[in-house]
Amino acid sequence: MSEHLLEIRDLKVTFGGLDALSGLDFHVDEGEIVSVIGPNGAGKTTFFNLISGLVAPTEGEILFEGESIVGLDPSIVTSLGIARTFQNVRLFPNMTILENVMVAQHCRTSQQVFGALLQTKAFKKEESEIRERAEEILGFFGHRLVGYRMDQPAFALSYANRRRLEIARAMATQPRLLLLDEPVAGMNPMETAELTALIGRLRSDWGFTIVMIEHEMKVVRDVSDRVVVLDHGVPIAQGSYDEVSINPSVVEAYLGRPVEADR
Amino acid sequence: MNERAMDLPRSAVDQNWPHVLRWGLVCGLVLVSLCLVGMPVELDKRAIIERHLSLGYLFVLLVPIAIGWVSSTLLVLEGVENRRQGLYDLVTGLVVGLIGGGVLSLLMVALDNWNLRDPLVNWSPQLFRFLTYENGMGFGAAAWLCTGALLGLAGAALHVVPSVVRRTTAFVVFGLFFLSVLEAAISDLSEGFGLESLTDWLYAKKGGLTVTSTIVVGLVIGAASMVTRGRVKAATNRYRDMEGAERQKASMILFVVVAVLCIVLPMFLGKIMNELLANVGIFLLLALGLNIVVGLAGLLDLGYVAFFAVGGYTTAVLTSPNSPWFAPELHFGVALVFVVIAAGLTGLLIGAPVIRMRGDYLAIVTLGFGEIIRLLFMSDWLGPYFGGAQGITNIPGVDLGFATVKGTDPRSVFYLVLVFCAIAIYTSWRLQASRLGRAWMAVREDEQVAEAMGINTVNAKLMAFVVGAVLASFSGAVLAAKVGSIFPTSFMILVSIIILVVVIVGGMGNIAGVLVGSFVLIGVLGGPKQPGLLQEFQNYKLLIYGILLVFMMLKRPEGLVPSARRSRELHQDEFLQDAWLQGDKLESEEEEGTVVTATVSTGEVGGAEE
Repeated sequence: MSEHLLEIRDLKVTFGGLDALSGLDFHVDEGEIVSVIGPNGAGKTTFFNLISGLVAPTEGEILFEGESIVGLDPSIVTSLGIARTFQNVRLFPNMTILENVMVAQHCRTSQQVFGALLQTKAFKKEESEIRERAEEILGFFGHRLVGYRMDQPAFALSYANRRRLEIARAMATQPRLLLLDEPVAGMNPMETAELTALIGRLRSDWGFTIVMIEHEMKVVRDVSDRVVVLDHGVPIAQGSYDEVSINPSVVEAYLGRPVEADR
Repeated sequence: MNERAMDLPRSAVDQNWPHVLRWGLVCGLVLVSLCLVGMPVELDKRAIIERHLSLGYLFVLLVPIAIGWVSSTLLVLEGVENRRQGLYDLVTGLVVGLIGGGVLSLLMVALDNWNLRDPLVNWSPQLFRFLTYENGMGFGAAAWLCTGALLGLAGAALHVVPSVVRRTTAFVVFGLFFLSVLEAAISDLSEGFGLESLTDWLYAKKGGLTVTSTIVVGLVIGAASMVTRGRVKAATNRYRDMEGAERQKASMILFVVVAVLCIVLPMFLGKIMNELLANVGIFLLLALGLNIVVGLAGLLDLGYVAFFAVGGYTTAVLTSPNSPWFAPELHFGVALVFVVIAAGLTGLLIGAPVIRMRGDYLAIVTLGFGEIIRLLFMSDWLGPYFGGAQGITNIPGVDLGFATVKGTDPRSVFYLVLVFCAIAIYTSWRLQASRLGRAWMAVREDEQVAEAMGINTVNAKLMAFVVGAVLASFSGAVLAAKVGSIFPTSFMILVSIIILVVVIVGGMGNIAGVLVGSFVLIGVLGGPKQPGLLQEFQNYKLLIYGILLVFMMLKRPEGLVPSARRSRELHQDEFLQDAWLQGDKLESEEEEGTVVTATVSTGEVGGAEE
């Protein structure tokens, strides 16, 4: 069936008369890596907020696996299989690294008060599973988030490690679709290159479909199957990186005036 | 001034005068406000050392010492050669004390010449007589100037003398102070062990230590402090450094000792002490519940007393024959089931509308709900059901078959409350390390992100409300059985606030902290209506609560026994520094592993760039 994993039809959101996004049609297929780019204020993060349920659209449909997710609580959207990271890294700073990843498995687990009080078999089993899975996910990032670091609070991490932990936390919700909001922002070239490789492995090893907002064009070029360009809340181009990068309206949006595309 | 602080050494007269003057005035103002609050005169009746020192004088005399100490404290900088403390600091303390004494003398002059009794109730001839040692103006002023200066000097001298002397002095002074102040408790305890002769020797007939006992006990404490020096710290450090099975074993032993003490000790205690312990238990139970709501889930609930009231009233209605509307006269145990249900429902009912608010708004709304519940119980409208202002009386005790728990036998009440506290401690402990506990923490940290990470925050918060409500209702039920009657006035807003202070001062989010907090505040100072060990301070309880709260917020916001998490949060900088140093150490240990991973990742990078 040609059904898309995520399909967005004619999406529009208005903040006090200002159209943050309008007329957006968008789709992601299973196993794709799609990048969303655009100048500052183009509505990229709003777009993520809409998908993850933090903002409700004014008009339009968001279909995930064929079902509408408009108006659902963010927690339900997450439990359906959409996880995200935040542009301005929002970890739980005073929880340990392990706890940050453990808590994200909330919607995949079910033990309640009485399980914890009576220390039932099911409770203990689930706890150890949560912990194992958390360690497995943290292990994906090499030695950086494991070992003695697991029991350190998240605020003690370096900037790049916080970004990694945020991805780990999103992974722990066991999503099908992963929304990465500027995953390499503020990283040095070395770290950027490493994370670019990891994003590729997120698809190949873990089977996530990925939508990514990114300003770093090198990363966009290296990992994405498809690029969507937003400007002033309106999609202005779509296609492979090479197609989009020479699209005159994209160049105009970025540089402000038409120039010869001679790259 | 900063450059000056580096100069070594300094001459004694070349003081930082603004600093000295400021602290001197602080000293004076503290003394004057203490006097005008009325503490010295009232506490003068209570002897500390028979005929020589009363609690009132002690308080006034402690001020210059404390401020002399504080004003001459040197800011110790790491990595810099610090000035040795000496004559310079002694002069600081002396002058500070002198100014303090001077201000007090001015108060005396004012007392003598004007009458301000109208706004200041304690502006009285008694105060004047107290301050002048009943010897007239001139003598009083001279005496206070001298004592102020000497005590300030003494306070500063504590910095100069070797640490052994400092430690021993502190032990002797505080040891004697507590021995004397806790006279009632100690007499009660020694009676239980059949040691009346000891207390007869220790205390004078009219209260206070006798002179001989002061000297003897002072020497004993001094000797003991020399012997134990460093051992306690070493033991706690050893415990802290333990890991795995060894730690578990040590914790187990500690737990068993505490448990046995809790069970055995009350048998030797008299009525007063058991009553006190029962009160501590009731408030501990409340504090443990509030700790879940505020400490774990981060919901500032100022109407927590509502659940206490619901527990109390449900028990009263279901067990008392005097219940005005519906009196099934159930057994306490059966009633408890309904208490849990009622509290849970109230938790949901209050929680559902307010749960969407955050921070200050939540605090204000819960404050309102707490009052509403009390006013409902008091209202004429519900009077036919709950007795209005007359309350419900004649609540029977808890009939256990072999014994009855009732207020006239405070020991049994203590055991009952102990059971509930054990349940509450177990609940907090288990929930903390569970899926729900982690969800609470996440909500406390960042609600929006918690929601985006798949946590149903409304449910999580409601659960915190309900668990807290149930624990509070247990406390209410015990209160009903203990007192035998329930009135709306038992559930004033003050109770909510005092429990919150207990949690904050003890250490938010930490069970041990809450335990210590309730012993220190409720046990020593007393609850809103219940007397504590220091019954003398009954009238000043709220003042002391306030001072303590302000002091803690400024100096130790993580509480007396902080949870690791909270002290990390409040001292992030220090933690980061430590983590950084530790990380360096660990990193160099696992150097080899690092190199291997690094090559792997460069390999990947190469692949990605193609």
